[in-house]
Amino acid sequence: MDIVKLTLTKVPDLYLEAENVTPDHFAGKTAQQIGELHVHLGNQTAKISDYFSVEGKGGETAADTKIVIAGPTDKVKYIGMKMTAGEIEVQGNTDMYTAAWMAGGKIHVKGNVDSFCAIGMTGGEFIVDGNAKNYLAASYRGDWRGMQGGKVTVKGNAGSDTATFMIGGTIDIGGNVDVHLGTHAEGGKIIIRGNAKGRVGGQMVKGDIFVLGQVERMMPSYILKGEEEVELDGKKQMFQVWIGDMGERHAKRKGEVIYGKIYVPTGAGETAAPAIHTEKRKKLTDKQIEHLKEAFKDQEPTVQQVRTYIYDTFDVDMKPMQVSRLIDGIKR
Amino acid sequence: MSEYIIKNGKVYDPKTGIKGDVADVCIKDGKIADKVSSKAKVIDAKGKTVMAGAVDIHAHVAGPKVNEGRNYRPEDKLFTYKPTGKNTRMSGGFSIPTTFKTGYEYARMGYTTVMEAAMPPLYARHVHEEIKDTPIIDEGALPVFGNNWFVFEYLKNNEMDNVCAYIAWLLKTTKGYGIKIVNPGGSEAWGWGENCTTVDDPVPYFDITPAEIVKGLLTANEQLGLPHSIHIHSNNLGNPGNYETTLATLKIAEGVKAKNKFGREQVLHHTHVQFHSYGGDSWVNFESKAKEVAEYFNKNKNMTMDLGCVTLDETTTMTADGPFEHHLTSLNHLKWANVDVELETSSGIVPYVYDPNIKVCAIQWAIGLELGLYAKDPLRTFITTDHPNAGPFTRYPRVIKWLMSDKSRQEMLKGFKHSEKVIAATNLASLDRELSMFEIVQMTRAGPAKALGLENVFGGLAPGMDADVVVYNLNEDKIKNPEEIETAFSAADCVFKSGTMVVENREVISNGNKRTLWVDAKVPENKQVERDVQMKFLKFYSMTINNYEVSNHYVPNPYVIEVDSN
Repeated sequence: MDIVKLTLTKVPDLYLEAENVTPDHFAGKTAQQIGELHVHLGNQTAKISDYFSVEGKGGETAADTKIVIAGPTDKVKYIGMKMTAGEIEVQGNTDMYTAAWMAGGKIHVKGNVDSFCAIGMTGGEFIVDGNAKNYLAASYRGDWRGMQGGKVTVKGNAGSDTATFMIGGTIDIGGNVDVHLGTHAEGGKIIIRGNAKGRVGGQMVKGDIFVLGQVERMMPSYILKGEEEVELDGKKQMFQVWIGDMGERHAKRKGEVIYGKIYVPTGAGETAAPAIHTEKRKKLTDKQIEHLKEAFKDQEPTVQQVRTYIYDTFDVDMKPMQVSRLIDGIKR
Repeated sequence: MSEYIIKNGKVYDPKTGIKGDVADVCIKDGKIADKVSSKAKVIDAKGKTVMAGAVDIHAHVAGPKVNEGRNYRPEDKLFTYKPTGKNTRMSGGFSIPTTFKTGYEYARMGYTTVMEAAMPPLYARHVHEEIKDTPIIDEGALPVFGNNWFVFEYLKNNEMDNVCAYIAWLLKTTKGYGIKIVNPGGSEAWGWGENCTTVDDPVPYFDITPAEIVKGLLTANEQLGLPHSIHIHSNNLGNPGNYETTLATLKIAEGVKAKNKFGREQVLHHTHVQFHSYGGDSWVNFESKAKEVAEYFNKNKNMTMDLGCVTLDETTTMTADGPFEHHLTSLNHLKWANVDVELETSSGIVPYVYDPNIKVCAIQWAIGLELGLYAKDPLRTFITTDHPNAGPFTRYPRVIKWLMSDKSRQEMLKGFKHSEKVIAATNLASLDRELSMFEIVQMTRAGPAKALGLENVFGGLAPGMDADVVVYNLNEDKIKNPEEIETAFSAADCVFKSGTMVVENREVISNGNKRTLWVDAKVPENKQVERDVQMKFLKFYSMTINNYEVSNHYVPNPYVIEVDSN
């Protein structure tokens, strides 16, 4: 397998759209030819070599090509878009649409990824060592065909709207997920090893969701069907099985109605519940408020700006209403 | 204005009766001419095909439901965008393309006139705004009358003069072209959660039947002498066994003679007949009744039809037939939009994937083509896909290929997953008729132009007609592979629109001089209708009458057809 090493040499001012960074495009090309492929920056078009140093060469086919990407790639989008074979390894973080519409091969991101990663994925493997933001493995806006195959593994947390319109494949999240997990799902398997925040499986008609931590609030349209022993990760465990979404149509197979299923380990609820509760009540310390005052001095920031700032700086996820009150307090 | 002479092409023109003879076509001052001066620019069309610009009699290309389709289907535009070019603006979309793409793609295929098939009068301004934004092609729009309260009440009371006066008023107010009828009575019944599935189902409250509505509007149309006949989408669209409803609707027009000064011979145009030619009583024994319907058309010379061929693509269905769209979403479980347009009509939108692996879709595909092959008179049978309902208009070249080549049809039939079942439910496998180039020209040019009452303006190459001329890189006698037909019709070598070259070497080079066609029917002053309109606006409409009219600035380049119906 031939290796192409891309190192980001210049951090772009805007976001870099690098849909050409895939083994499919690099196969059969020399470092020079790879450097000539285009990237977009706003409404401008540039070359890969304007932003990256390129070493090595592409293999004969996409399957023989591995791409290693180094440097501060936080603002690079579309890495591995529509790739069908080969391998990509990203040593840092990436921006949105990484592995979007991926059909085969493997992408391993060692840092974090942004939103819309692995949307419309049909095959291959996508591994993230850090966290993923919203719409992981969801469908494109408006489309009813989300993730259809392959495997997504995120070792950290995932954001909201994960696996919207999922049809097939597997998603494995090591940490917690935000609201709207598996909305409209019609197949596939989702494993959340931490907690799920709520609205899990809304409008789901088919598919399996395992939440090994706790579901903060089960949708009222789900019914507790009972307990069942299910094999997961090679060992048998007892789970509470919830079926739904009862507000939706459900197909019949061999006389049996097919439902979406949510599996929660028996007895997990009691232990996980208080943890989430305390997290929600998080407040800023006086010192942090002073810090905030300094940061937004002589400014009229929006609630969202302040909320993002608090999240990024203090790692506290405050509700917009709380932030709004906080801003009023600071003004006074 | 510049002069052109297109030399040595194989010319096809039903208007002048030229059937593939080598001839020259002259263009002068935007019109076809007998001869041009020596200064004329010469276009060498040796070994190529020359014909008039095509006329599309039925497509949904402008208006609120098209735009709602664009709004709620962002995925339709994914990966389809083409950036701004030298002469073109950014364009995109597949089944519901942007206005710019609509204009460019029609022009590249050699279409120069397009009729928007359903204009809700209340949203006529929106329709005209989009028409104005669609470059190159001449367009008109047919307002919908088949579920209109005024029409119901006047017809119920047998007040034919009032119906005529109302139609004339509405055509003028909305800058419309003719009378469109969609699911007569059914869309209004949908307001009560009901539908009219036969011509004798009464509409709730109004107590009028679809048959009475069609008969009344047909009579009014001939009394007014409008250039186009009534343009009907009959009841019970898309349901197994609906061909009986279709034939019952057509029977209403049996024996009625056309009365107009535009050379139109038909009194009824039935649109997208494919959707109305189904047999069986469920999706299990669903079958083609194309033969029965086509034979009825063959016998009755005062009717025309367009095919509405299914092209087996992922598309967006949109129609003023509200109940049908609701029925469709319960079949395919995809997203659904529905609108009620006050006193006038309703509409719905649902995405649809015509999958060749699904038996019903493959049968629908076969029915559309069967109709085209069974029809004996190509001047009364027009090629459409009911864009975007059965497929996008950009697939016309593919439909032409299927109609012209038995080989390509047989290949498709053999390739289906349920091939045997499809062949058993249809007659396509045994139909080896291949349409000639001349017949295709009749079906896409002379025929629709005549049916729209525009036979002396569009769709022909007689001197004095509008210089809409197309040159395709294709020679009927030397076609080796049916794919050549699709390639050639997909993008013309050159296209003239009213004497301006708009396409050269398969690319758009000019935005032309687009016009909006509308019909101004002059009727005697009618105080009763004026008062009724005022009253209805005061009582029921959500807007005032002043905000209703399509004023002239919405139609900057009009082509008005005046009809004296006094």
